[in-house]
Amino acid sequence: MMPFLATDKWYDLRDLANISSAILDGADRILPFGLVYVLAALIGFVASFLIFVLPSQLFVGVYGERKLIGRIQSRYGPNRVGPFGLLQPIADTIKLLQKEVLTPTRSDRLVMYIAPIFFVAPAVLLFAVIPFGPNMVFADIPVSLMYFLAISSLPVLANFMAGWSANNKYSLFGAIRIVAMTISYETPLVMSLLGAVVITSTLSLQGMVLWADEYKIWLAFVQPLALVIYFICVSAELNRTPTDIAEAESEIVAGYLTEYSGMKWGLFYGMDIGYAIAASAFAATVFLGGWTLFGLEKWVPPWMIFIGKTHLFYALFIWTRGTLPRLRSDQLMAFAWKYLLPLALFNLFIVVTERMIWSEEGYDKAYIYLFAIFNILVSGLLVFAWARFNGYRPDDVPMRPRLVKEARGYVPLGENE
Amino acid sequence: MTGVIKSEPFVINIGPQHPSTHGVFRIRATVDGEKVIDAEMVMGYLHRSMEKLAEERTYTQNIPFTDRTDYLSSMSNNLGYCLAAEKLAGIEVPARGDAIRVIMAELQRLASHCMAVGAFANDTGAWQTPIMWTLREREKILDIFEVTSGARLTCNYMRIGGVAFDLRPPFEPMVRKVLTELPPVIEEIEQLLSGNEIFVSRTRGIGVLSPELATNASLSGPMLRGSGIAWDIRKADPYCGYDQYDFDIPIGYRGDSYDRFIVRLEEMRQSVKIVEQALDGLPSGPFCTEVPLALRPPKGEAYARIESPRGELGYYLVSDEGPSPYRFHIRPPSFINLSALKEMTVGGTVADAIVVLGSIDIVVGEIDR
Repeated sequence: MMPFLATDKWYDLRDLANISSAILDGADRILPFGLVYVLAALIGFVASFLIFVLPSQLFVGVYGERKLIGRIQSRYGPNRVGPFGLLQPIADTIKLLQKEVLTPTRSDRLVMYIAPIFFVAPAVLLFAVIPFGPNMVFADIPVSLMYFLAISSLPVLANFMAGWSANNKYSLFGAIRIVAMTISYETPLVMSLLGAVVITSTLSLQGMVLWADEYKIWLAFVQPLALVIYFICVSAELNRTPTDIAEAESEIVAGYLTEYSGMKWGLFYGMDIGYAIAASAFAATVFLGGWTLFGLEKWVPPWMIFIGKTHLFYALFIWTRGTLPRLRSDQLMAFAWKYLLPLALFNLFIVVTERMIWSEEGYDKAYIYLFAIFNILVSGLLVFAWARFNGYRPDDVPMRPRLVKEARGYVPLGENE
Repeated sequence: MTGVIKSEPFVINIGPQHPSTHGVFRIRATVDGEKVIDAEMVMGYLHRSMEKLAEERTYTQNIPFTDRTDYLSSMSNNLGYCLAAEKLAGIEVPARGDAIRVIMAELQRLASHCMAVGAFANDTGAWQTPIMWTLREREKILDIFEVTSGARLTCNYMRIGGVAFDLRPPFEPMVRKVLTELPPVIEEIEQLLSGNEIFVSRTRGIGVLSPELATNASLSGPMLRGSGIAWDIRKADPYCGYDQYDFDIPIGYRGDSYDRFIVRLEEMRQSVKIVEQALDGLPSGPFCTEVPLALRPPKGEAYARIESPRGELGYYLVSDEGPSPYRFHIRPPSFINLSALKEMTVGGTVADAIVVLGSIDIVVGEIDR
């Protein structure tokens, strides 16, 4: 079933796969055997980078984020360079390129030099498996979800290299923190995604999109708890602000980035956003139905729908960044093991049970809606009950101090004011 | 932290160039992993020798110095110095002068606490949102100062015997505007932070200060009140007619960073109350008594203390009948509040040390003078 009105004419931009396949077909006739695959890789890279990653990074990740954060903080955000400050990210990039790259004398120069490269490479690889449209997936491998998870845990190595090589105590703090945090958060992350895999019975991201299209429901409704856990885990791994202990600016200055400057720093900064966009794209694919939008994808180019969803999910990151304080590193670790992992396991238990029932009932469509309602209710209840069980008592925390009329020294607790 | 892996303590310098030391202050922390096992304060990066310089200048010329000690609450510092000089010379202040001083001191407390609350939230990692909101409110108060005294930060508004100028016509509507607009923002900050699970877990039980330690270290201000000790110079030793106003002393429960935070928020509400009362009952008449410019107080010494936003701010003056003080000494509340830093930080993590330092609300200009 191909729910898509686009033709296969090369000029039909509703599906960008047309134009690339036209180019590749033409190239195949003149190029020697095999080179066309190299060309395909190049086109895929350039296209996904130019159409999606770079604009998203610059204009949503840098400009949009600064603008939205500015609005949250009751200020304007960038508004000087270009119309509405739209050229600010480009001006920033030019500035970063011109800056001198400093390397501390006692640092490990080679490791410090290659760490940014190690950081950038996986971010590019991640977009290979993201389906932008029915035909617009660069590498439609059957285990793309596993591929994505494997590649997305690579940058931690680069972070650790950066922190270690700088020979700075703050950097070392950041490096150790990020490794500990990634180990903690990778577990509930994978556990939560396992639920999505079980219900859709596919490891392919394109398969998940088609599943969502077939049953006319987003996985976010069937697996709300998994989405919440995914969001928290991924924001921890990406060092987004409520959980940015690895580069906590007010504590360890900038963590593993303390000694970096110029474009080396810029690569880390830019690719942090790149990873966040990749994680948003992944969430949009798995949980928000990817390029489908309940039939609208027949009229609107699917890649536009997909980009819209990605940016919508990215806005969540910006929102939490603007509002929440940062957790301490041990609290953050405890949160992963004590709260998220049990919840993720419980979610998995529920979803496996549902899957069993569903397969006995012959995969009836109505059941999936039933499961969705059940899961939404149960997730809310579970989160609340598990928090209470672990000692969360919001009413015990006094919001207002005690008030006394006279300066009479120590007032013991419980004494009438 | 006492695990199987053998670790070796090492020293990190928090400061003097660090985003969370609020100036050039340095903590030399010995850490074992993330745990702080020793903390040493290193001060003096902003020493400007104010106390010595003041011995060469006349009493009136010294007022601008007091602006620059605690640069976040210049009005309170002016007031403390002027009170000491008046006590020394036996000068009476007219009723209107006193009322204006109270309004200014309380507005200054609001402005300073805006900064303190926002910076503390910034230290816990609430990335800039609370501080931007509170700075927005602080701007309005600084505008009032600008209208009244011509300067925003270093006001130099109080004079020995009263205040420098009478209030300008736009003063009252501006203050009324602040008084109506500030309480909703305090509520907002309270909803954003006091009820926030992350914020509570970061600050509650962190940097606990027992009432015994707080009194023995002679702490004052929100630090002392956070530990549950009802002590406020405005109530205990009233000056400028503070005994006519109706307000409460907020006190905390356990003496942790969270208590100090909520005490500051409540103090802002109380200050709003005081300013309202003072503005309603603002007497007419002279705002300043005539004082000779080259004041030569009789031989003797005087110590005047006020409740500055950070605690007990004392000015000690000794006169030898000369035109300038023989000795000029400041009791800076931040400096003395800092003395309990080691007890509060040792045992916590580096992240806790930052939160504790934020909850003390230091101003380095005042510590080093």
